[in-house]
Amino acid sequence: MKKTMMMLAAFWAVLLLSQNAGAEVIKADGSSTVFPITEAVAEEFGKASGGTKVMVGISGTGGGFKRFCRGETDISDASRPIKSSEVATCKAAGIQYVELPVAFDGLAVMVNKENTWVDHLTVAELKKIWEPGAQGMVTKWSQVRDGFPDVEIRLFGPGTDSGTFDYFTEVINGKGGSSRGDYTASEDDNVLVEGIASDKGSIGYFGLAYYEQNKDKLKLVAVDDEKAGNGEGPIEPSMETVKNGTYQPLARPIFIYVSKDAMKRQKVQDFVNYYLDHAVALVEEVGYIPLPADAYEAGKNRFANGVPGTVFSGISTAGMSIADIVRMEK
Amino acid sequence: MTRNQWSKFSDRVFQAVGLFTTFFGLAVLAVLLYDVFTDGFSRLNWQFIMSYPSRKPEQAGILAAWGGTIWIMVTTALFAIPIGIGSGIYLEEYARKNRLTNFIEINIANLAGVPSVIYGLLGLAIFARAMKLDRGVITGGMTLGLLVLPVIILSTREALRAVPSSIREASLALGATKWQTVRYQVLPAALANIMTGIILAMSRAIGETAPLIAIGALTYIPFLPTSPVSVSKSAPFVNFTLQGFLDPFTVLPIQIFNWVSRPQKGFLVNAAAGIIVLLLITLFMNAIAIYLRHKNQKRW
Repeated sequence: MKKTMMMLAAFWAVLLLSQNAGAEVIKADGSSTVFPITEAVAEEFGKASGGTKVMVGISGTGGGFKRFCRGETDISDASRPIKSSEVATCKAAGIQYVELPVAFDGLAVMVNKENTWVDHLTVAELKKIWEPGAQGMVTKWSQVRDGFPDVEIRLFGPGTDSGTFDYFTEVINGKGGSSRGDYTASEDDNVLVEGIASDKGSIGYFGLAYYEQNKDKLKLVAVDDEKAGNGEGPIEPSMETVKNGTYQPLARPIFIYVSKDAMKRQKVQDFVNYYLDHAVALVEEVGYIPLPADAYEAGKNRFANGVPGTVFSGISTAGMSIADIVRMEK
Repeated sequence: MTRNQWSKFSDRVFQAVGLFTTFFGLAVLAVLLYDVFTDGFSRLNWQFIMSYPSRKPEQAGILAAWGGTIWIMVTTALFAIPIGIGSGIYLEEYARKNRLTNFIEINIANLAGVPSVIYGLLGLAIFARAMKLDRGVITGGMTLGLLVLPVIILSTREALRAVPSSIREASLALGATKWQTVRYQVLPAALANIMTGIILAMSRAIGETAPLIAIGALTYIPFLPTSPVSVSKSAPFVNFTLQGFLDPFTVLPIQIFNWVSRPQKGFLVNAAAGIIVLLLITLFMNAIAIYLRHKNQKRW
């Protein structure tokens, strides 16, 4: 018995001691939107560097920052800038970080294929459908616009841990996180696709890259922000309209955040530099819109100099174009 | 209809209903198997089994997943089997019947019915956070260990109860101590049934996804946990390490879950192929359990 106890104790000791040796793995976690990009980079970097271990998790942007600010991960994938509450958590834990925009993404609003009445919606109409006050009140399409039929609306969208949810609610409802609650929420975009495809009165939103793969099942809705400055009238999201800034306001920058502690490790530095060097090709391959090449150069400079913190403290990215992001970063 | 005719008629009806319900279960299984095999069989090849995950479906494979599954199963077994058999023996052979043991027994039976995701949250709070083991193999293995523990305890007790008391009495009458009786008579006689219970419990654990997602194993992992033994060219030539127990991991059900949630069609085929592999492993484990039960069936 004594022997067994000693062996157990020894096992435990070795286990705890070898914990620091485990730092060889580069740990990234966070947004499911950014996941395909980081995954692609991890895969290519793994090959190019002769088997460096990179793991990429999917905890949602908010879930990713919770882990990041606890020091559990090296890189946090985020489909929105870090929130001031998260800035405070990180600060309290002594975690410093460098913020790097890596791509642009469009949010697509979709309806059922058999929906014949919607060809576009204005931002105001989207707000009418999704604002918290609409809960239990706006239940028929006829309430959205005169002339729409008396068909019941069924709503689908991402869950509250998602950066996509934060961003959509911010630019449409005016406040991040404020949304009606009576909709089908899922972090699994396939569930949303199937849900929207199954009912005539459905509407939902998620990342444009996901729509590209499901074109045959869904109908894309053009969005009109009713501002003349960035392209008049309703505009459909596409690589082109997101890139040239006419698809507004549902286009957004997405980021990675790199912990300054992790930056001390050569492998993490190599990985992030590889990320920024190969972003243009890989971002496009997985269906997102790359930033201009000089934006990645600026990112590399920020990274090399270890410029800490966020440039978005107290500023919303709502309605920002790629050019705006590049300017802020420089 | 006379009373007798009615009895015969209802007998037939029950037989027909019984046959239908039996075939209903089989039919569902057959449809599932047919569906999975038509989708995934063409994808099953050596490259699929020996490749790490990839963003390109045709290059992706399940090496990290089945490797992780083996790591997790071994850890689960190391953790749950000694504790499970130990407490089974104590409760069945040693413990006196009183309120405390009653209370413990009821709780173990209840634990067996707790939803698995609850165990995931428990594992996250205790193993990953409080014990600071982070989210590696050991956390996943012990979490699943907790999940199968009640089942192992219950099946151990049942196996021990099936050993006739005449064997215990004979052993004690010859002057053996309680421990000697358990060690040399009761346990060997019950071992086959205990093993059956353990294997069935493990084959349940192998398909668990929810508790591992709760501890955060939903990830892209293109590597295996560090091997416990490695060979190097310089001294000491053979190295031992427990690092693998702390390394991050993924398992087959999670890899399947991840693929199903992707937009590209190719990943659905991969998921089906992964399901076939998982089914084969489960069937193999169940086959061992059935074999053990038949081989060691004792009649007293």
